[in-house]
Amino acid sequence: MAPPIAPHTIDLTINGTAHRLDVAPWTTLLDLLREDLKLTGTKKGCDHGQCGACTVLVDGKRVNSCLTLAVMKDGATVTTVEGLARNGQLHPVQEAFIARDAFQCGYCTPGQLCSAVGLMAEGHAHSAEEIRELMSGNLCRCGAYANIVAAVQDALAAQSTQREAAE
Amino acid sequence: MNRFGYTRAGSVAEAIQAFAAHPDARFIAGGTNLVDLMKYDVETPDHLVDITRLPLDQVEDGTDGALRVGALVGNADLAYDRRVQERFPLLASALLAGASPQLRNMATTGGNLLQRTRCHYFYDPATPCNKREPGTGCPAIQGVNRNHAILGTSERCIATHPSDLCVALAALEATVLVTGPNGDRRIPFAEFHRLPDDRPEIDTTLAPGELITAVEIPAADFGAHHTYLKLRDRHSYAFALVSVAAGLAMDGGRIVRARLALGGVAHKPWRDPAAEALLSGQPATDDSFRKAADHLLSGAVPRSGNGFKIALARRAIVRALRQAAAGTPQSQTDKRIQ
Repeated sequence: MAPPIAPHTIDLTINGTAHRLDVAPWTTLLDLLREDLKLTGTKKGCDHGQCGACTVLVDGKRVNSCLTLAVMKDGATVTTVEGLARNGQLHPVQEAFIARDAFQCGYCTPGQLCSAVGLMAEGHAHSAEEIRELMSGNLCRCGAYANIVAAVQDALAAQSTQREAAE
Repeated sequence: MNRFGYTRAGSVAEAIQAFAAHPDARFIAGGTNLVDLMKYDVETPDHLVDITRLPLDQVEDGTDGALRVGALVGNADLAYDRRVQERFPLLASALLAGASPQLRNMATTGGNLLQRTRCHYFYDPATPCNKREPGTGCPAIQGVNRNHAILGTSERCIATHPSDLCVALAALEATVLVTGPNGDRRIPFAEFHRLPDDRPEIDTTLAPGELITAVEIPAADFGAHHTYLKLRDRHSYAFALVSVAAGLAMDGGRIVRARLALGGVAHKPWRDPAAEALLSGQPATDDSFRKAADHLLSGAVPRSGNGFKIALARRAIVRALRQAAAGTPQSQTDKRIQ
């Protein structure tokens, strides 16, 4: 038997809170969030990077947490669906999902929301067509796509109105 | 996943050294393919060497309009890089045709080159596979092979290479820069990936312990005469059944020089300089395009489930050359094929 492999100590800022954590090299960010930190908003769908249910933001970029080894993200800032609302105020994307009824069973929703927030920060989606293409990493088995596209469109429109007002 | 040790490399030399210190180590960067394969027990490394902190994440201008892309430049960062969008739109298009936005945020340039096949049998350790376990056989040859290769196959393996980026890099005649225990090497793109022959377990000509540091892309002079046409079962987020990267240097209605590479049809991006030569000096007509397509596909061998790929590839080549000649590259957003 090979000697046991020692855990690695890493620092992560998750939804604004600093954590010092001991992780085994094979622990995915998804399992760390769900099992160790009880942040079960992030969902395990396929666990192979094919469905997008596990999407979170790492240093502001949307990634599949199921294919991310936590040990590699030492020092990173992570935002999960639990961290999207600020001071009791839902994120505009969350508001838009409710207004547009952009979900049915809700299982893909945390991933859709984090993905949409990432998409808005990237700034490459403008038309419905571009939203469809750039949200294609998030599958919805209920088929709520039409309303998801509408919700993301609303959130993008609100974002540009806000930007214009700030200028 | 199996249990493994972990080293975070602080320098290229440290990475090479850490790799050599373990009998079955792997370098890891984006992890989008390696971690997935580890979850299926297809890859069972005893040690991972994390290279994400190495200073290989820059896109730099080289000499004569060339671009030097660090191995750790992310697929999304590369696709939206202003220089790539302006000077290498074929590359940007191929990148945006691949994977999903999340995966493109994670995946790196070097890692994209080292993707393994998505053959179902390769992914399933319950089945034999010459690529996974040499000498056990290839169930795809008599089995489910709709996604498999039609060109350059062997009796041991009919797997395809899954990358879109690599098809563009083949057409652009990139060079892969590597370093390793025996120093630095430059590998022309056409010689980087290999055909399966009797060693399908070996995907590339990288030596054990060698690390990709950058990809160099020489200036392309196609102007608007390029396209990346990808055909697949879904409109987005699926591997290619057939893809075509085309670039044409044009003089009016006449083709001066052509570059043509196919994806989804072979163990490596498929190029045939003789097919490209057939287009030189020819008028940009369907007749010229068909001759080049027939030549490219002349050695194609259909299997039970993938014979359709030959006709599909032929039509895709003609369509892609038409798009390139007209200067109307395929949009990766509007999925209609003009």
